[in-house]
Amino acid sequence: MNNLFGYKKRDTWLNQTTGTAKLIGFLALTTMGMLSYDTRFLLFLSIMAVILMQTAHIKYHEYALMLKLVLFFAVINLVMVTVLAPQYGVSLYGTRHVLFGNGYWTITQEQLFYEFNLLLKYFFSLPLAIVLLFTTNPSEFAAGLNKIGVPYKVSYAFAITLRYIPDVQSDYRTISLAQQARGYEISTKAPLLARSKGAVQIILPLVFTSLNRIETISQAMELRRFGRESKRSWYQEQSLSKRDGAIIFGSGIVIIIGVWLLVVNHGRIYNPFK
Amino acid sequence: MATPLIDFQHVTFKYHAQAEPTLHDINFQIFPGEKVLIAGASGSGKTTLLRLLNGLIPEAYAGDVTGTLKLRGRDILSQSLFELSLQAGTVLQDSDAQFVGLTVAEDIAFALENDDQPVSKIKAKVAKWAQRFGLSERLELAPQMLSGGQKQRTAMAGVLVDDGRLLLFDEPLASLDPAAGNAAMDMINRLQAERDLTVVIIEHRIEEVLRADVDRIIVMSDGHIVADDTPTAIIQAGILPENGLDEPLFVQLLRRSGIEVAKLDHVADVQLVSVDDQKHAIEQLKVPVKRQPVLPEKLVVQNLNFGYDTHEALFEGLNTSIRQGEILSIVGKNGSGKTTLSHLLTGFLMPDSGDILLDGQSVLQQSIKERADHIGYVLQNPNHMITKATVYDEVASGLILRHVSSVEIETRVREVLSLVDLDGMRHWPIAALSFGQKKRLTIAAVLVLQPEILILDEPTAGQDATHTGELLKFLTKINQQSQTTIIIITHDMHLLANFVTRTLVIVDGQLLADTTPAELLANEALVKAASLRTTSIYQLATRLQIDHPEMLNAAIVYENATGER
Repeated sequence: MNNLFGYKKRDTWLNQTTGTAKLIGFLALTTMGMLSYDTRFLLFLSIMAVILMQTAHIKYHEYALMLKLVLFFAVINLVMVTVLAPQYGVSLYGTRHVLFGNGYWTITQEQLFYEFNLLLKYFFSLPLAIVLLFTTNPSEFAAGLNKIGVPYKVSYAFAITLRYIPDVQSDYRTISLAQQARGYEISTKAPLLARSKGAVQIILPLVFTSLNRIETISQAMELRRFGRESKRSWYQEQSLSKRDGAIIFGSGIVIIIGVWLLVVNHGRIYNPFK
Repeated sequence: MATPLIDFQHVTFKYHAQAEPTLHDINFQIFPGEKVLIAGASGSGKTTLLRLLNGLIPEAYAGDVTGTLKLRGRDILSQSLFELSLQAGTVLQDSDAQFVGLTVAEDIAFALENDDQPVSKIKAKVAKWAQRFGLSERLELAPQMLSGGQKQRTAMAGVLVDDGRLLLFDEPLASLDPAAGNAAMDMINRLQAERDLTVVIIEHRIEEVLRADVDRIIVMSDGHIVADDTPTAIIQAGILPENGLDEPLFVQLLRRSGIEVAKLDHVADVQLVSVDDQKHAIEQLKVPVKRQPVLPEKLVVQNLNFGYDTHEALFEGLNTSIRQGEILSIVGKNGSGKTTLSHLLTGFLMPDSGDILLDGQSVLQQSIKERADHIGYVLQNPNHMITKATVYDEVASGLILRHVSSVEIETRVREVLSLVDLDGMRHWPIAALSFGQKKRLTIAAVLVLQPEILILDEPTAGQDATHTGELLKFLTKINQQSQTTIIIITHDMHLLANFVTRTLVIVDGQLLADTTPAELLANEALVKAASLRTTSIYQLATRLQIDHPEMLNAAIVYENATGER
């Protein structure tokens, strides 16, 4: 199997759920979560996301890199918010409970609460994204995209990219080695300038081999009538089961709760300071 | 007479990008149920002819067509690529690039998906065709996990799901080893008989294709059809060598024995050719298999251990030596370690333990660049190596990086370029070169560093007999002039039979044999293990009960290596 992005056959209910249902669920939950600053709602989503992650049987080492990357961005994001707009929480919540500091650098409860909400958004969306990518066959994912309205040529582009990434990687390795044999030092032995010069030498042949490949692929696809019809069926497409219906229904409920909270809160934020 | 399935009358075609027509006044017909081979050297126009048949011209390649082209009585040019694809299925040369699905099942299903057929129907058809091609166990596998033969069978299944009656093959043997090539030809033969298909095969490897019992050969040269007849008549007339194509090895042998090939019945079929009374004349040709004189050791592999995976060793205690000035080939089925071994020699990979000695000195401490000064490596795909815009710059780049003086660069580059016959084109943009010229260019770019050992990975892939001949001539020249040791990784039978003096058979990391090509190609067990096939000479010898068939193989080897090709 093609396990880029970590898809693997795992025997869990999330694996057996169709890509379409998972995609709808993912989009519903993340959209509502991104809209809302209601801490209770975000906590609820986070707990749900962690439970989903548990039931998907995904091992830590499989997503460790992704987790670290996202955490890194989250921290940078929070630091930047604190540095650039330390009083944003005050203007958002309309009250001011000073914790420490003064002047520009006054840190308030409101600011920390606001940033906690931001952090929660990372917290729930990352597990959801991991669950979606790690439990969905890439072709089924493409079929799912097509089903929810993405044109099939665009959806297929996703699958075909996954198909050829390993080939391009192996081309890259081969070209890199051949250029080193020619005399371009790319290893750490050489100074930085020489190394970057060497790296440029790989790009040109890589682009040419990839262009050649693309030409052949597009011919191969046309010779088998890709693009003839306005619709296309998908071998990996699964028909929706009761469970999928339940997931879509559940996502609907989450949307309703989210919208209801927007109304009750008179806006996107939940304000405990009033 | 039946109505022709394909009918070309006075067809002339010129690509917009070119000044001269590629096809001139082409006339031929192909009838339902026929198996036709269209043969010709590179640049003869056979691929263009195929593109006219499947609709890639004019849809992917623009040009001017005159004359009439009909498929089932309907004008081809008035039909779209999509309409044509339902009548004529094309299996492209590169079955890896043709593989668009993420798994075997999805690739077979691809055309049906595009027709928006219901999934249940697609699954049933995929199951049926996968079973027919022996792929049922592999439906879930990604292309990276398949052998070349399996990829090609997937491609064939993916085209046949349409239930078309016409199959077009563009060089089906190009990416297969000889054993898989044989299996593919048998498969084509069987399918054709079972389903009454019409099959058109574009190829230049005559010996292999004749195994599929083609009914007719159309020989092309310079955009013209120069012959259109049964294989027997074509071989009797001796048309193939004149047009840059290799005759089957046994025919070469018969010609050498002075038998009048022009009068032989069934001369295209090694099992039927009427030479029973000529056994004696053929036996006369036997020459003893030449053992190479013991030359000094150049490169020694000592107790080499290597595995891509720590749990699974590929090479375990491999020992061998390569001698000064010899022409050695490494054969073995795909994935059995041939390329890995050359990567270990060039430093692309590092062994887990063991040593590699060049002139008695270990090379393991040297970087890839340092090793390249002694051991030159020419990759199979020239596009992986070329980085410059012009021929001259490409060859000069290795010297510039080694800080050679500009005067010396000029002389050395010109010298190497004249050796590979590209000096006249030294200011040409590389984009304008043919595949064969690019291949020679990459060899020049490696040779200019004056390596003592030259490793070539599949040097004849994608080259016809004329180009292979030129390549061998110049390899012989550098081998003799500068005592360059040449190592060739190949499964090209003609190259093996005609050029090489010593062969290492490597299968699954084991050195199975260290022998001569003449003996290898007459040893059924070894041939099978290495995914090669026996030569038609061997088959003829077996049929006529001539003992020591390797001595007949040897006759061809030495004639061709010493005489001019």
